[in-house]
Amino acid sequence: MTSCHDCHQREAVVHLTEVVGASVNTVHLCGQCASARGIAADGTAGPLGAFLATISPTAGMPEAPHGETLACPECDATLASIRASGRVGCPTCWVAFGRPLRDLARRLHGATRHVGDRYEDPAAHPDAPGRRRQRALDALRRALAAAIEHEEFEEAAVLRDRLKALEDAP
Amino acid sequence: MSIEAPEWLDASGPEADLVVSTRVRLARNLAGHRFWGRNGTDEREAILAAVQGAVTAIPQLSGGRWHRMDRLAPGSRRWLHERQLVSREHAALDQVDHPRSAAALLVAGPKAIMVNEEDHLRIQAMTSGFDLGRAGAAAAAVNRDLGERISFAFDPDFGYLTGCPTNVGTGLRASVLIHLPALVATGEIGKVLQGIGQMGLTHRGLWGEGSQAEGHLFQLSNQTTLGRSESDLMDHLGRVVHEVILHERRARMVVRGVPTIEDRVGRAWGVLRHARMLQVGEMVDLLGSVRLGVGLDVLPAVPMHTLNRLLVLGQDAHLARSGGQGSEADDLPVRRARIVHQLLDERDLA
Repeated sequence: MTSCHDCHQREAVVHLTEVVGASVNTVHLCGQCASARGIAADGTAGPLGAFLATISPTAGMPEAPHGETLACPECDATLASIRASGRVGCPTCWVAFGRPLRDLARRLHGATRHVGDRYEDPAAHPDAPGRRRQRALDALRRALAAAIEHEEFEEAAVLRDRLKALEDAP
Repeated sequence: MSIEAPEWLDASGPEADLVVSTRVRLARNLAGHRFWGRNGTDEREAILAAVQGAVTAIPQLSGGRWHRMDRLAPGSRRWLHERQLVSREHAALDQVDHPRSAAALLVAGPKAIMVNEEDHLRIQAMTSGFDLGRAGAAAAAVNRDLGERISFAFDPDFGYLTGCPTNVGTGLRASVLIHLPALVATGEIGKVLQGIGQMGLTHRGLWGEGSQAEGHLFQLSNQTTLGRSESDLMDHLGRVVHEVILHERRARMVVRGVPTIEDRVGRAWGVLRHARMLQVGEMVDLLGSVRLGVGLDVLPAVPMHTLNRLLVLGQDAHLARSGGQGSEADDLPVRRARIVHQLLDERDLA
């Protein structure tokens, strides 16, 4: 058993490797001491939560003056809850909070657009029941209404184009 | 004593003296379902049922074995983790009495699917040695077959949607488990790992996120998942790993014949062959030294698959399951030493 670097009592379950110059240092921590340092051991906050919590505030998601209380129409997640947990609530959140999530993606990945495999949803096929398509249309319409209400016209223009593309799709 | 180890540890793949295994995993979520953290037991059961239904119609998966992580004993969950089939979180090793509801695992040979982990699905494919092409193709085949039967959450801009923004886009994490003892011995490892970080890659220890590099084994993987195609991400990792392999081989030329290195690998060989009790971390470190000794031709040519198998078969839950008298924790160091002797002796008899 490796004991915790901080309390010297409990078993270490978190192992942090730091690279400084040519040396590699590993710090072993138990779950409680890791939490005390702001590092999640059980995955509930995850690496992103720790990242957002410990790096300077500007490294996290941008402040969205009107968006903080805006809730996802599907799962009720808010930008504040996503920031606190480091996790997105549901697929619709990616539409409802498209702009701040794009800004975050740019910081995390250095990119904002997927260029890999294109997925064809079997449910989006003309023969398939239109339930999911309708759900996506509804989510986009609600997100568009919210963007207009908050005078986020740049975002509204993007949402309008996507709505039109989905409506026109066969 | 049953001596079974996962097939991807058989050292049959490319560069198997340095690279233990290659893994590609794809994070996927089902459309119309909330992500982990916002969904409840009923929704998670529905997700699992949808995946299980789809799997029955897929020949490459239908013969696989399902494990309900939330109904397995802690020892069995740990056993699956030791085979690197499930994450520490999915095995609930830190909350032994509270595995996540509806958490499940499908194992079909070198392919596995974690259901209701951080994402609804984590598709994984493992191969022996350094073989990103093979692991990537296997994971992609599972992805294709499943994606035709259940709807994945996909957005034209963001790609495959995930619970954590660090995985969005391709949802692909390719990783290579590589042994770099000579770079550690020459002190160049820090520079190499720093360079890896600057090239958009990351490194972890043997047991994944948050673990240390026991036995000088490192998992090298892509850090970003968005803005590059699946093949670009794997090609980039592949090129960097290839460079790292060249560096390690060069460093081995430098440490060859160095008395302190030869002394260390010789001592490791002696302890593994004659110790009556071995702790698990100690065993992993000694196996790492012996692996280096074999590579430097200082030690007898122990097959790499024997050293790979011991990495897993000498772990706690594997020892406890392998039977014999009693399974108390204090008996494990004795059993560990015994299986090490047994497998190293098999080498002599072969």
